[in-house]
Amino acid sequence: MSFSIIGTGSALPKTVQTNDDLTEYFETSHEWIVSRTGIESRHICVEESILDLALEASFKALENAQVDPQELDLIICPTLGGDTITPSLACLVQEKLKATCPGFDLNAACSGFIYGLDLADAYFCRNSEMKILVIAVDAMSKLVDWKDRSTAVLFGDGAGAAILSNGDDLKAIRLTSVGNHHALCIPWAKGNHPLLKNQQRPSPYLRMDGDEVYRFAVSAIYNDLKAVAAQAGIALEELDFIIPHQANLRIIKAAAKRLKIPMEKFAIQINSCGNTSAASVPLVLDDLNRQGQLKPGMRIAMSAFGGGLTTGACILSWSGPSL
Amino acid sequence: MVFEKVVEILRNYKEEPELEISMESTFEELELDSLDTVELVMEIEEAFDTSIEMDTELKTIADVVGLIEQAIA
Repeated sequence: MSFSIIGTGSALPKTVQTNDDLTEYFETSHEWIVSRTGIESRHICVEESILDLALEASFKALENAQVDPQELDLIICPTLGGDTITPSLACLVQEKLKATCPGFDLNAACSGFIYGLDLADAYFCRNSEMKILVIAVDAMSKLVDWKDRSTAVLFGDGAGAAILSNGDDLKAIRLTSVGNHHALCIPWAKGNHPLLKNQQRPSPYLRMDGDEVYRFAVSAIYNDLKAVAAQAGIALEELDFIIPHQANLRIIKAAAKRLKIPMEKFAIQINSCGNTSAASVPLVLDDLNRQGQLKPGMRIAMSAFGGGLTTGACILSWSGPSL
Repeated sequence: MVFEKVVEILRNYKEEPELEISMESTFEELELDSLDTVELVMEIEEAFDTSIEMDTELKTIADVVGLIEQAIA
């Protein structure tokens, strides 16, 4: 089956923190962060809730697609978690959009948007006449340890949305999961049952083995892009744009070199957003769409990787908003 | 043989064909950070068609050469 993306939207918190701003919290420097990651600044939720970001991105995507919220048949929300454990973020988005369809959250960490597209594709197999909102949002600033300079500098907050409709844009898609507890983990650290009172609680913040994740990430982009290109029956050189998960510029450059694809084909936003987890791929997609860089018929690949460990990649032939 | 191949990979990576490298050279002296080291290990693994356990910290070229010789022995 397949679908078309008929609208995109995104949202970023108002507060911007530059690398220099972070030197107030721990010992680091702009040069150190840029040379190792390519990140110059990131947006952090201070005034906004996670729901606020999700709603802004969703409304923009609906407007771009010229779809009313009441027309939606499903809301899929890839996220590590919203403002509440329950209700799910998707349910709160549904309420505020005044939509009437079912909705649920999906946790595949930074690969979440691709997982959302794959799940949506399965729904289109059941009924091709659907309108599905995939709204990926994460606020990593609430999940990282602001006392750990090796990870805190890497992340930012944001949301990216897409409206999917009947169509033939999706040419290939692939997901992988390899369970791994130590490469990247955010432990569950709550619960106050009296019998648990003497138990040691883990730190509730993100911890990561950077070297292991780097190896995993470079291989993920390399293997997944080759696999989806083969599945779609096209050569990598025929791709017009590649939207990689924005985790680290060095990862993207290393993967590009291995794939022998020029860096100009990789869409990059990490310098101003950092790693926004599930939101990173749709944030870049929306940016390209709104800049008018996506022309009908262009072949776009997306490739993401993250906690789980999960990876996901797909190839779309862009038809875009029918405006 | 392993050392010569590692030197070749390193020179290509740094894009410095004349770069002086000895067994005692450290990654720090060669201005390679931890991500460069990971990237180089990946390239070396491909070149020797083997996989290297990165549990121990690699500081010198001798460390890498030793691990490869162990892996391909």
